[in-house]
Amino acid sequence: MRNLIAFPLLGLGVIIQSAIVSQIKLLSGYADLPLLMLAGWALQQRVKSAWHWALLVCVMLGFVSSMPWPILVVSYLGLVFSAQALQRRVWQAPLLAMFSLTFLGTLFMHILSFGVLSILGTPFIFADVMSLITLPSLLLNMLFSIPVYAFMREMAKWVYPIEEYE
Amino acid sequence: MNSRSLQTTIIFLVLGGILALALGGFFGPASRQFGSGLIELQTWFAARFLGIQDFFTAPRDIVSLRARNDALESQVSQLQTQIIELQQLTGETERLASLVGFAISKPENTYRAASVIGRDPSPFLHYIIINIGSNDDIRRGMPVVTNQGLVGRVDAVIADAARVQLITDPASSVNIYLQNAETNAVLFGSVTGDVSLDMISQNEVVEPGDLILTSGLGGGYPSDLTIGQVVTVRTLEFELFQQATVQAAVDFTRLEIVLVITNFRPVDIAPLEPQTTP
Repeated sequence: MRNLIAFPLLGLGVIIQSAIVSQIKLLSGYADLPLLMLAGWALQQRVKSAWHWALLVCVMLGFVSSMPWPILVVSYLGLVFSAQALQRRVWQAPLLAMFSLTFLGTLFMHILSFGVLSILGTPFIFADVMSLITLPSLLLNMLFSIPVYAFMREMAKWVYPIEEYE
Repeated sequence: MNSRSLQTTIIFLVLGGILALALGGFFGPASRQFGSGLIELQTWFAARFLGIQDFFTAPRDIVSLRARNDALESQVSQLQTQIIELQQLTGETERLASLVGFAISKPENTYRAASVIGRDPSPFLHYIIINIGSNDDIRRGMPVVTNQGLVGRVDAVIADAARVQLITDPASSVNIYLQNAETNAVLFGSVTGDVSLDMISQNEVVEPGDLILTSGLGGGYPSDLTIGQVVTVRTLEFELFQQATVQAAVDFTRLEIVLVITNFRPVDIAPLEPQTTP
């Protein structure tokens, strides 16, 4: 039941992303708060609802953003898949897993966005995209990943109390 | 009268006489020295008394002063908040006044003002979200402007909000008219948020400072909306067209209030475009 916190929490995340985070630019890039929240959530061992949260993020972002929805679906579901794979391999170093997931997730999503939007006719220059959007976004995502991970860990403890988990 | 009463009467008479003489100014130098001595003594006593009074009353005063200080600080912060709110209101009023002035200067259009409440979550796209939608008769394709110039056009609408594609979006293209050169060209956005001109004929002379207006060609935007000025022109002989960088009239990083032109309906000219036959 506590999993329903996903609706207000992710809704707030998308609103903050649209109203605030998108204004805090480094060159032309900015952080991706929903991606970080989802990564932080999916990396928690006790969490069993990461796929649901990913789909919810896709729906919310698809509603707000002009980005084609297949990019969102593939990126965020891919992120959860990677998180679960990483969780099994680097479970003793959760921050390392968070950094790796943030790095890979951001890179994957940006390359996918670049590819799909280019196919749809938006004239992008790869070098510009990498230097002006992807690398600055990557840096900001890495910076924000630590506090977001800590927050999502506390949230996971609340949603999945130890007694229930055991 | 006994001897004691007589003695008292004499003393009173002597002292009264001395006092009368003193008041009459006959003991001037002596009375001044006496008076100054008294004053010094009183001053000394007063100073000691005040010191002792301070010593005993100071703790109570510090507490009351601190309380008073806290109250004043709280009042100052409230006033500062009010000042900030009033400054915001003043700024908003100025912006609205300039928008109203703009609307009056172009009476052929009807406008609806909207606040910018968000931007696209993806850095690849340059869109804004405004707080009016289909409930306010906003439709897809309507142009969005400020008093400075063209902002973009409505891309998607829900009941109480709409998404606007800015002219700085990499996928945006606007047919424009260079006023001084009297020629048409196309304005493109970019990932950096800068706008540039392309498709300027090699035969035309375009100079920095030339004014850029919408041409109305293609039916996507009304004509004669200001976009900006030419900054630099790039002419290469081996290319088909000239290109130019543009300084947009609108500051897209500080968009807060915009106007939607509600009486403009975009024309879809796709069916009229010639199709290639195999």
